[in-house]
Amino acid sequence: MAVFQELKKGALISLWFVFLTFPVMVIKVDPIARTVTWRWMNALYMAIGTFIIYTLVQFFIKRRGRSKPSTVQKEAGSSVIHRLLDNPRRRAMLFVALAAAAIAFPQLLSAYQTNVMTTALMYVVLGLGLNIVVGLAGLLDLGFVAFYAVGAYTYALLNHHYGLGFWTILPLGGLLAACFGILLGFPVLRLRGDYLAIVTLGFGEIIRLVLENWGEFSKGPSGISNIARPSLFGMELDLHGSIVFNYYLMVLFVIFTIFVVNRLQNSRLGRAWIALREDEIACQAMGIDKHRTKLVAFSLGAFWAGLMGVVFAGKTTFVNPASFTFMESAIILAIVVLGGMGSIVGVILGALILILMPEYLRGLSQYRMLAFGAILVCMMIFRPQGLIANIRRTYVYKKTHNDAQAS
Amino acid sequence: MTSQPILEVSGLTMDFGGIRALNALDLDVASGEIVALIGPNGAGKTTFFNCITGIYTPTEGNVWLTPPGGKRVSLNGLKPNKVTERGLARTFQNIRLFPKMTVLENVMIGRHCRTKAFILGAIFRDPRTRREEQDILETSYAMLEKVGLGEHCDEFAENLSYGAQRRLEIARALATEPLLLLLDEPAAGMNPQETIELEGLIKKISREGQAILLIEHDMKLVMSLSDRIFVMDYGRKIAQGTPREIRENPAVIKAYLGEEVDA
Amino acid sequence: MDYFIELLFSGLTRGSIYALIALGYTMVYGIIGLINFAHGEIYMIGAFTAFIVATVLSIYGFPLLAIVIIAGVAAVVWAASYGYTIEKIAYKPLRHAPRLSPLISAIGMSIFLQNYVLLAQSSDFLPFPRLIRDFPFMEPIAHIIGSTDLVILVTTVVVMVILTLIIKFSMIGKAMRATSQDRTMATLVGINVNRVISMTFIIGSSLAAIGGLLIASHIGQINFYIGFLAGIKAFTAAVLGGIGSVPGAVLGSMILGLTESFATGYVSSDYEDVFAFSLLVLILIFKPSGLLGKATNQKV
Repeated sequence: MAVFQELKKGALISLWFVFLTFPVMVIKVDPIARTVTWRWMNALYMAIGTFIIYTLVQFFIKRRGRSKPSTVQKEAGSSVIHRLLDNPRRRAMLFVALAAAAIAFPQLLSAYQTNVMTTALMYVVLGLGLNIVVGLAGLLDLGFVAFYAVGAYTYALLNHHYGLGFWTILPLGGLLAACFGILLGFPVLRLRGDYLAIVTLGFGEIIRLVLENWGEFSKGPSGISNIARPSLFGMELDLHGSIVFNYYLMVLFVIFTIFVVNRLQNSRLGRAWIALREDEIACQAMGIDKHRTKLVAFSLGAFWAGLMGVVFAGKTTFVNPASFTFMESAIILAIVVLGGMGSIVGVILGALILILMPEYLRGLSQYRMLAFGAILVCMMIFRPQGLIANIRRTYVYKKTHNDAQAS
Repeated sequence: MTSQPILEVSGLTMDFGGIRALNALDLDVASGEIVALIGPNGAGKTTFFNCITGIYTPTEGNVWLTPPGGKRVSLNGLKPNKVTERGLARTFQNIRLFPKMTVLENVMIGRHCRTKAFILGAIFRDPRTRREEQDILETSYAMLEKVGLGEHCDEFAENLSYGAQRRLEIARALATEPLLLLLDEPAAGMNPQETIELEGLIKKISREGQAILLIEHDMKLVMSLSDRIFVMDYGRKIAQGTPREIRENPAVIKAYLGEEVDA
Repeated sequence: MDYFIELLFSGLTRGSIYALIALGYTMVYGIIGLINFAHGEIYMIGAFTAFIVATVLSIYGFPLLAIVIIAGVAAVVWAASYGYTIEKIAYKPLRHAPRLSPLISAIGMSIFLQNYVLLAQSSDFLPFPRLIRDFPFMEPIAHIIGSTDLVILVTTVVVMVILTLIIKFSMIGKAMRATSQDRTMATLVGINVNRVISMTFIIGSSLAAIGGLLIASHIGQINFYIGFLAGIKAFTAAVLGGIGSVPGAVLGSMILGLTESFATGYVSSDYEDVFAFSLLVLILIFKPSGLLGKATNQKV
């Protein structure tokens, strides 16, 4: 009887969705040729699809309800990766294997694959940068791409006008982006979370629109081309060499970023960020300067975006405002949300999944943004902690001083 | 009891729109003392805490803090974090822990204002930062032991029982090394057993020389703990004195205690 | 002088459209405290539904009046259905989640809907059929105010009056006002809060659909991306007026529409959108409670 009820409900919901999507999915008009195409099959697909999704969701909700009592246990063994990382020997083995794979990658696979991987690694770093802001400090920054643009245009413009090289600009781009972060953050970080999100979104769009309209400064929508590629100790590299070099550069960047973010999150500052995310008033009552702590998180995130902007300009040798739309910020946000806010391993995994998957499943790549949107919604509802939840560090006490730090 | 004052409040007034929540309140706490602030619901007790800790900016009045052997400093107009740095630490009526952080980390946050490491320290972990981290860890753990939560240090704060959460808030506040500890209804929602334990804890902390100002509704607890009591009603102070004096004060009995305190 | 009046009316027209969208933001914010980021997409879907239905009907040779009525009703019905469904799927499960969760969910929904329309329909700008013909009696002043402007203004005024009547006098309107003041209390006095929230989304979405229909027939073209910018601008207007306040949303929209119109008319149109975004940033920084909103104190 219960099953029948469920089926009936599922069928009704399917029917509702068929109705809901009817005009957009079924009818297709060509206003110029004045023809109407009725795509009835879409209604059928919609009905079947909705029914399947509904059944799956119900199934998962039921299962989750049944396994409630053992949540603690589940949480502890929640991910293979964390168990792997907890054991120092296995961790060392994993790192060696990863390092070997990372080094061998461009030798074994084509330049195209290497290039794709470089892009994915850039998103890993961007994700980790945004993770400081969103994941650790709990500040929803929807204009992250503005700082990426600052970095990219810093390199593009200084290279174009003064011929300055990649390595000179790299720290400069990062610092300039961080300065923008401080300038914007100073007035807006006192705002409540949702307002902050909208202000940063507005700021991101302002930067893009200025780049688009202020032709004398940025060459407008046509952008700046022929930007120099990163050089290796002053040597110019050919195209293939440059692709491989960019890849190794990004591998180093990723390692550097993981190292820094890991240390930051296990420090006095990192704890303050997380506490701030949890309860601002309690934080202040504990003597944390909320404004300053937020500002540091915000500008550190911007710094990483700026660095990646410089790398992006050097890698593609071309920048224009179209690369820095809100959708780019949304993609980076989706990476952080999918992976797990505050979790380094999660963000890496999130970036690799979201960037590599559409590349390798070519047929599906047009559904990329659709999937990103769906991921944001589904993760919030079903798994807000992300694929790999951030496990808070436990401190070993009552041992010798050296041991207390290891963990 | 030495009577050098730590906290002095004079003429504290707070208006919300047209409503006067605090009316020219005077209050003082001497070092080593336990002082209780009591009054019916809505008398303005928590507003008083919020005013002296900088969460609200009072309309009028002065708040001073005097470190032992030090110079008197004004707390007027300081932000909450600065007030805590100067030496006032508080707990909250409706518990405000960091639920997704471990118990130990919650206390470590309390050490924030007594330590310095920043971005570079975090990244490079120089010897000074390492020593500082070690100090944070040891002090925090000691605070947890003091309130009896040592073995829970790796649990999430949200998983603690209600009474334990209240004690964790006390440990967190103590970790800031306050001159004066402000407790906002520490016994609220506790069962009798937990209340007895809490009483023991507060006495223990007090014996170590910690000055305490507490808001509490549990009269038995207030009478047995306090050296002095201040009574508020409608934003005014209506009485002050020792527990015995308060018990016999007709104004207090009329305004607040009623028949309740026939004991 | 004519130019001034022309700009004035074009500003009021813009303002009317913003107001129709901004009301949805402000009502939803008032009830559940959420910036419904997907609201711009509801507007876009309303416009798209009107476009599809109107084009189909005109191809099949229906008379103009029938097209206008059927397309308008279809836009409202479908937009309201989308609004209702989105709330059930993306926001209702998150009602007790941390404050940012529903906002992230809303952003996801917005991206999803944009790409859903993009994939199912087209990424091109499509010509929207002219639903409003020039009225003969407007002939003498047609150079100052067009017939579509007039229709937009009149429709907006009528809709506003109806909305005010609903909020002031109907049961659901009273329940809405009660819920926005104190949701727990509203539940205690027997108000079905879920129904109130659903109704808020339905009303807000219907208004957005009317706005979508009007602006699309005014501008004459449409694509999947129109919701983003219109959404942000209407949100700006809602914040300017004081988010949560219904008269505030209308006031804010009119101010934004008029300033945009005069700024583009007398200064330059290059930075039209920059202007709106800057206004948004500045209001949120300096007066986040807006013109008619109430400043709220966080309770400790």
